[in-house]
Amino acid sequence: MNAPLPVEVLKQHLIDPEICIRCNTCEETCPVDAITHDSNNYVVDPEICNGCMACVPPCPTGSIDNWRLVVRAEAYSVQDQLGWEELPQEKPLPVDAAAGGEGGQPTPAPQAESGLAQPAALTAATPGAAVPPWSAAHPYVNLYTHKTPITATVVGNYRVTGADTESDIHHIVLDFGEQPFPVLEGQSIGILPPGVDAQGRPHHARQYSLASPRDGERAGYNNLSLTVKRVTQDHGGAAAHGVCSNYLCDLAKNDTVQVIGPFGHTFLMPNHPQANLIMICTGTGSAPMRAMTERSRRLIGTADIGKLMLFFGARTERELPYFGPLMKLPRDFIDINLALSREPGQPKRYVQDLIRERAAHVRGLLADRNTCIYVCGLKGMEVGVLDALRDVVVQSGEDWSILHDALRREGRLHFETY
Amino acid sequence: MSGINYSDKIPNNVNLSGDRALQRALEHWQPNYLQWWQDMGPDGSHGFDVYLRTAVSVEPDGWAHFNHVRMPDYRWGIFLAPQDGQRKIHFGENIGRDVWQDVPGEHRANLRRIIVTQGDTEPASIEQQRHLGLTAPSQYDLRNLFQINVEEGRHLWAMVYLLHRYFGRDGREEADALLQRSSGDSDNPRILGAFNEKTPDWLAFYMFTYFTDRDGKFQLCALAESSFDPLARTTKFMLTEEAHHMFVGESGISRVIQRTCEVMKELKTDDPQAVRAAGVIDLPTIQRYLNFHYSVTIDLFGADQSSNAAIFYGSGLKGRYEESKRTDDHQLKNDTYRVLNVSNGKLSETEVPMLNALNEVLRDDFIRDSVAGIGRWNKVIEKSGLAFRLQVPHKAFNRQIGTLAGIRMSPEGEILSESQWQANQHKWLPTPEDRAFVASLMGRVTEPGKFANWIAPPVMGINRQPVNFEYVRFN
Repeated sequence: MNAPLPVEVLKQHLIDPEICIRCNTCEETCPVDAITHDSNNYVVDPEICNGCMACVPPCPTGSIDNWRLVVRAEAYSVQDQLGWEELPQEKPLPVDAAAGGEGGQPTPAPQAESGLAQPAALTAATPGAAVPPWSAAHPYVNLYTHKTPITATVVGNYRVTGADTESDIHHIVLDFGEQPFPVLEGQSIGILPPGVDAQGRPHHARQYSLASPRDGERAGYNNLSLTVKRVTQDHGGAAAHGVCSNYLCDLAKNDTVQVIGPFGHTFLMPNHPQANLIMICTGTGSAPMRAMTERSRRLIGTADIGKLMLFFGARTERELPYFGPLMKLPRDFIDINLALSREPGQPKRYVQDLIRERAAHVRGLLADRNTCIYVCGLKGMEVGVLDALRDVVVQSGEDWSILHDALRREGRLHFETY
Repeated sequence: MSGINYSDKIPNNVNLSGDRALQRALEHWQPNYLQWWQDMGPDGSHGFDVYLRTAVSVEPDGWAHFNHVRMPDYRWGIFLAPQDGQRKIHFGENIGRDVWQDVPGEHRANLRRIIVTQGDTEPASIEQQRHLGLTAPSQYDLRNLFQINVEEGRHLWAMVYLLHRYFGRDGREEADALLQRSSGDSDNPRILGAFNEKTPDWLAFYMFTYFTDRDGKFQLCALAESSFDPLARTTKFMLTEEAHHMFVGESGISRVIQRTCEVMKELKTDDPQAVRAAGVIDLPTIQRYLNFHYSVTIDLFGADQSSNAAIFYGSGLKGRYEESKRTDDHQLKNDTYRVLNVSNGKLSETEVPMLNALNEVLRDDFIRDSVAGIGRWNKVIEKSGLAFRLQVPHKAFNRQIGTLAGIRMSPEGEILSESQWQANQHKWLPTPEDRAFVASLMGRVTEPGKFANWIAPPVMGINRQPVNFEYVRFN
């Protein structure tokens, strides 16, 4: 996916030292050890905190629930916070800081990815889960930051859509050599494009989902792949030059790239036997689906893989990234449903239409607690997909709100939209 | 009560419905508990709908369940922190072995004693606080009082669960006795001294929750290290709730100080009488309350040299505060600790075997933690530009237990004769006049968002609700 990442803005998690009673509950609760203390204060390390909110409900004082929008490079350090006697005043952000993205590009990446944490009351209102499935592997996040990016080398860059289509999507392989960069399917990374913007400031990072599984684009190698669409126009169709996407699509073998991340701790695949995947995506939203599918494919014969069901939308077959390799996968391994909206001579079809057509099958999978659902693509698809899922469930006489709650609570429904 | 669906009525993560015998035992105990709540629980509160937090699971999101509940219908649940299956005994003679999922025969009596002593404090504090609801300075404070009460009730359930589940008939008898003893009762008092003291007014209540619930925190922390895994997991979860109680104490005193400082600045006076005349509590009175509650609470840690403490530690029943974060050998056989005593009219420190001094070690950890909070109270005074500072009295001040018991000592640490003590103790401990004055301020404020004159409003409400939220519906 090509979601630009407004990484220079961080919704920084802070603890109000005037209200905090230093009871240690937050430090005890934090699943990633982001909270630490000295004899003066309890503080949150902005390099580690992923905004998971686990510490918020148990806090007896409410002091834990403080957030400041800051320029990431200027985030309050642990040392700063330890010295505080009260929270600093909120500083106004630079005017352009919050307006991320390439000209007219879709806006913010999902909150978990960018460190933009929402208060618990708001996360409950989001359609997807705030937790990963129970059998997900534990992800590493934020190993490399703006201040300490990692350098990767380009080892491959291919176009994966038909040369005659206007959709120019590239498959780009980055190698990390001997440097640690552990990732999981569903995670994403940030790319720092070189150069400066019109105001003379360095470009901010753009976020891309991995298209390769955890053990490398080539199994056993320390590399990964991205699916990048060259941005030449904005959503309205006006000409626009995507800084990062054009930079990436134009890279040659052996070029180097500055990378930050990995990001993402919820959009992760289950790892238990007989776990089923329903994958719903459009365009470059196929990247994480390719990663998960490839992970499963590599396990054929060695693990007890559940069912894979894919709903994949694009304008035409020729614009479907990875169309060729996808079609070569065995039918008994993955149930592929293509929705083409501009295939000449065929009626327009969208992923939600296909979900309704395959209702019986989808319903069967939804009834199985081993099933996890992943949705990735443009923001606008969220509502359509949710409606389709609801229809499928309601038609079979079930209560969607109960199932939806369960899916969220159990980390079985995930959205990554941009 | 046989119609109750216990698996619904008692939220739990201990598979209660899968253990018929245990379920029957608790079925037998529950009506007695509810009767005790009616008789000894918060006075006159049974018809109120109170905005309470109910724990419905041990997961972080299981904490966020806030709604208006009638307290007799509060769902007292049984929760243990998750079992990780990997835990090893990490101190004492059995270090390195698997933790116990059942009670080893040789430790049965001691473990039962530890659990009963802890369990006894829970209903005791509810009894001590039962009349406070009638004089609450605001709905916000009333709600906090009730939250503490129901959670102490849940902690009683937690201990009763352990007694029923692991100690057979003896355990059931002890569980019944927890409802029969009564705070301040001359015939059948609560086990520990501080839990037979009165909590007559809200200043005493805040001091109690600041100091005495903090004793609870340290005791629970030490038990959370226990080799008896069900006890460790139970107390670990209780700690999360205990934090709210200390918050009520720390923020309560802080708000009292805040209000007093406002008035002192307004009137430009530090004369206690003038401050009192304005209807707020003067700082010297707050200091005297502090001296009392601090000294009574540090007695709760027990004798400074105790062979029981050594046995509890050596056999792995009770660890130290933050045992797993300490880097020594966790055996302590060759270590020593310096404890304070008085000989020939002089204070001195003697070196004693560490194992025998573990009560003192825990007491000193408590003191460090308490002092830090008092520093935050002093910041409130400092911000108001006043010179007064609160401080903890000397460790030997007003002690009743251990080698320092009965020594006459000023808060500053001077040893006194009996006559000096008698002549001056009114400066150091709350006098009947102090208590009468504080009591005279106590009047019930029931309108949402309104606060009694002697206390400042909190900076924020509960669970993101506004301060003027209707925390209690009196019906």
